[in-house]
Amino acid sequence: MLDITSILMTVAPELWLALAGLIGVLLGAIFGERFNSLSFKFGALALFAAAALAALHFGGGEAFGGLVRTNTFVNFAKVITYVLAGVALIISEGFLKRHETMRYEYSLLIMFASLGMGIILSAADLMTLYMGIETLSLSSYVLAAFHRDSARSSEAGLKYFVLGALASGMLLYGASLVYGFTGTTSFAGIAEAGITTGALFGMVLMIVGLAFKISAAPMHVWTPDVYEGAPTPVVAFFASAPKMASTVVFANVLFTVFGSAIDQWQIIVCIIAGLSMIIGSVGALVQTNIKRLLGYSSIANVGYALVAVAAGQEFGAAALLTFSTIYAVTSLGLFAAVLAMRRRGGMVEGISELGGMARNKPVLAVTLSVLIFSIAGLPPFGGFFGKFEVLRAGLEAGLVPLAILVVISSVISLGYYLKLIKIMWFDEPTERFERVDMSVMGTVVLCSVVAGVVFMVFISELGTGGWATFAAAGLLR
Amino acid sequence: MGGFPILSVMTFLPLAGALLVMLVRAATAGSSKGESTAQSKKAVLLAAVIISAATFVASVAAFFAFDRSATGYQLVEQYAWYGPISYKLGVDGLSLSLVMLTTFLTPICLLASWNSIDKRVTEYVIAFLVLETFMIGVFVALDLVLFYIFFEAGLIPMFLIVGIWGGKDRVYAAFKFFLYTLIGSLLMLIAMVYMILAAGSADFEVLEKFAFAPEIQTWLWLAFIASFAVKLPMWPVHTWLPDAHVQAPTAGSVILAGVLLKMGGYGMLRFSLPMFPDASAMFQPFMFALAVIAIVYTSLVAWRQTDMKKLIAYSSVAHMGFVTLGIFAFNEIGVQGAIFQMLSHGLISGALFLIVGVVYDRMHTREIAAYGGLVSRMPIYASFFMLFTMANVGLPGTSGFVGEILTMVGGFQAATWAAAGAALGVIFSAVYMLTLYRRTVFGEITNPELNDIKDMNLVEWICIAPLAALTILFGIAPNLIFNLTDSSTTRILSLMAGGQ
Repeated sequence: MLDITSILMTVAPELWLALAGLIGVLLGAIFGERFNSLSFKFGALALFAAAALAALHFGGGEAFGGLVRTNTFVNFAKVITYVLAGVALIISEGFLKRHETMRYEYSLLIMFASLGMGIILSAADLMTLYMGIETLSLSSYVLAAFHRDSARSSEAGLKYFVLGALASGMLLYGASLVYGFTGTTSFAGIAEAGITTGALFGMVLMIVGLAFKISAAPMHVWTPDVYEGAPTPVVAFFASAPKMASTVVFANVLFTVFGSAIDQWQIIVCIIAGLSMIIGSVGALVQTNIKRLLGYSSIANVGYALVAVAAGQEFGAAALLTFSTIYAVTSLGLFAAVLAMRRRGGMVEGISELGGMARNKPVLAVTLSVLIFSIAGLPPFGGFFGKFEVLRAGLEAGLVPLAILVVISSVISLGYYLKLIKIMWFDEPTERFERVDMSVMGTVVLCSVVAGVVFMVFISELGTGGWATFAAAGLLR
Repeated sequence: MGGFPILSVMTFLPLAGALLVMLVRAATAGSSKGESTAQSKKAVLLAAVIISAATFVASVAAFFAFDRSATGYQLVEQYAWYGPISYKLGVDGLSLSLVMLTTFLTPICLLASWNSIDKRVTEYVIAFLVLETFMIGVFVALDLVLFYIFFEAGLIPMFLIVGIWGGKDRVYAAFKFFLYTLIGSLLMLIAMVYMILAAGSADFEVLEKFAFAPEIQTWLWLAFIASFAVKLPMWPVHTWLPDAHVQAPTAGSVILAGVLLKMGGYGMLRFSLPMFPDASAMFQPFMFALAVIAIVYTSLVAWRQTDMKKLIAYSSVAHMGFVTLGIFAFNEIGVQGAIFQMLSHGLISGALFLIVGVVYDRMHTREIAAYGGLVSRMPIYASFFMLFTMANVGLPGTSGFVGEILTMVGGFQAATWAAAGAALGVIFSAVYMLTLYRRTVFGEITNPELNDIKDMNLVEWICIAPLAALTILFGIAPNLIFNLTDSSTTRILSLMAGGQ
C-alpha cells in the first residue's frame, strides 16, 4: 500500500523547501558573498514555489506511516504562511543592505523557519510536531539576533532563546506525559485512546508550550522585548507567517488530538484568550516605541484568534482561518510601514516621530491608516470581518462573556490605534523621511489594499461559505 | 428590484467624488507644488459642493421615484454578499426624509467652509464626502451588518474632521467622541451577531417579523440602546457632545447636530420599536424618565453656558429629549412628531451653528460676553438669528413648534407626567435662547472690535437662507413631511403592535 507519489505530493512543499535550503547553503559555500543579493530572490522564489506546491495538493494526504498528515485546514494556512514569508523576505533586502548585515544566511534562515512552519502544520504525530517547532524556533532565535553588532538585537535573541527553550521543554514534557498515558505519539492514536487525567496534565503543559509560541498571555512576556530588539524585517516576518502558522497549529492540536476533551481545555483557552486581550490592549496604551506597541497589539490579536479556538472546531475553525489570514496580512503591512520610516540613515521607532506624516508622505499615511483601522477592527475595512467572524464563533459557542471581553478590549485598543492616527494626521510635521524602497512601499500599499478593500468586497470568498469553510471542513476527515 | 439603482448611486456618489478629488490632487501635486494657492483651494471646495449638490439631486430623484402611499421599503436593491449578510438598500418615508436632510445639509456645510477652512482643503473635502456616503448609507441600509458598517465607519471621517480642523482642545474632543460612540456600537454589534445567529438572516424585513423571546429582547434592546443613547445623545451619556460640538469646525458641528444625532433616533425607530416591542414597552417609563431629565437638566445647563456653541450643543440634547419622548409614546402622533422634530432640529440647530460660525469667523471667539449690540452693525444677521432663536424655542409658525407640540401630545397620551416635565423644558428653552439672543445681539457695543464688523456676505446668505425658508415652510405646512413619513410610522407601530 506504499503509494510513493501520494507520499511525495503530501510532503512536497517541505521537501522542496528543505532541498532548496540545502542548495542555498551549497551556493553560499561556493559563491560566498556574491550569493548574498541573489539569495533573497532565490529564497522568495523557493517560498512562493512551496506555496504553489501546497496549493496543488490542497486536499492533503498522509505520509511516513502517519507521521505527517495534511488536510485543507492546514494547507490553507500553509499557502498563506509561505506567501507571507516570501514577501517578508523580499522587503528585508533593503534594510539589511543599509545596515551592512546583508548575508545569504538570512534568507536561508527564513527558509528553514518556514520549513519548520510547514512541518508543524503537517504534523500528525507528537514527534513531528516537536521537530517542526524546534526547526522554527532555532531559526527564529538566530534571526532575532541577526543584527550581531547591536546589543538590543543580541539581547532579543538571547531572551527569545532562553524563554523559548523553557517553553519547548514544557511542550516536550507535556508530550511525554501524553505519550506515557496513552501509549502512542500519533495524533489519531491519542484521540482514539481517550484523554485520561494523566494525559490531561500533559495537555495542559502542551498548551502552555504552544501558547508561548503564539505569544498568548500569560506566556507573552518575551513578545514586546523581542519585537523591539529584533531587526524590523525579522519582526515583520515573526508577526505574520509564524504567527498564522502557530495559531493554526494550536487549534489543530486541540481540535484533532484533544477534541474529545473540549470541556476541559475550553475554559483554559478562554482564560488565555481573555488575558491576552486585556494585557495586550492595556499594555500597548503606554508604549512609545512603535514596535513594542505593535508587539502588544499582536498579543491582543492572538487573544481574539483564541476566542475562535475556544469556540471549538465546529464553530471556530473557519472563523480562525478568516481572522488569522486578515490579521497576518495586516500585520505584515504594518511592519512594512514601520520599515518604510527611515530618517538620517536610521530607523524611526518612536511613535511621536510619525508626526505629520499625512503631509510628508501622504500615500504612506493613508495606507498605514487603513491598516491601523483594519487591525482595530473598524468597518468598512477587512479587519472588521475578522472580528465579526470571531464574535460570531464565540456567540455561536455560547461564550458570551468572552464576546463582551472582545468588545471591551477593542475599545481599549482603539485608544492607542487612534493615538497613532492622531500623531500622523493631527500633529505638526517633524523631519522628512528618507526615500522608501519600492519593494517596501509596494508591500505596504498591497497589504493595505488587500486588508482594507479586497477582504471587504470578497469576504464571502474568504470567510464563511468561502475558502475558510471549505478548508475547515478538512478537519472532519 | 431591477431598474436603475438610484439608491446605490446616491450613496456612493460622494465616495466616488472623494476618490476623484484624491486622484486629481495626486495628479496635480507634482506640477503645482509649493503654490497651493487660494484659488486651487476654492476649486477643490467648489468641486466638492458640486458633487454633493449632485447627490442632493439624486436624492430628489429618489424622492420622485418613491411612492408615498405604499407601505414597506421601496427602491430595494439586494445582492447576496456574505453568508446571511446581503447588500440590501431601500427606503421608506422615515429614511428617505433623513436622507434628504443629509444630502441637503452637506452642500451647505461644504459651502459654509468657504472662508473658514484654509488648511488642507483637499483632505477636508475628501473627509466630508466620505462622511456623506456613510451617513446616507446608514439610512438606506436594510441589512444589519451593512447598517453597522456605515454607522461605525462614519466615525473615522468625523474623527478626522474634529481632530484636524477643530479648535484648541480638538484632540481630546475627537477621542472622546470616538471612544464614547464606539463602546456603544460594539455592544450593539454583539447583539446584532446574536440576532443574525438566531434569525438566520440580517435582513431588516426578516428580523422585523422574527419574534425574539421577551427575556432575550431585554438584552438586545439594552445593547442597541447603548449605542443609540450615545449617538442621540441621551442624558447621562451626552457629555461627548458639547466637547465635540465646541471643538469641531462650523461645518462639522452642523453635520453632527444635523445628521449624526439623528442616527440615534432613526435606530430607535428602526430597531428598538419594531424588533423588540416587548422590551420597548417594558422600558417605556425608563426612557420617559431619561427624556425628561435630558430636557429639563440640559436646558438648565444650557442656560449657564458662556460659550455660544456649547449652549446650542446642550440645547440639542434637550431637543433630542423630545425625540425620545415622542418615539416611546408608541402612538402615531408621538412618532410622527419625533420624526418631524428630528428633521426640524436638523435644520434649526444646523442653522444656529452656522449663525455662530458667521461671527466666529470674524471675531475668532465664541464667548457670549465678547458680543453685544450686533444688531446695529449686522441687521440682516440679527434677523436670521432671531428667526432661528424663535424656531429653537418652538414659536408657532416655525418647524420647531410642530415637533415639540406633537411629541408632547403623544407623550401626554402615554404618560401625563412626562409631558408635563417636557413642557417645563419648553419654558427653559425660551429662557436660555432669549438670553443668548439678548446678550449677543441687543445692548450697547461693549467690545470695540465689533465696531467695524461686516454683515453677512453672499456665501453666508446662500448657506443660511435656504434653511430659514425651510424652517418657515415646514412650520406652516408640516403636512409636506407628514405625507412622506405617514406610511412608515403606521408600519412601525403596527409591527410593534403585532409583536405584543
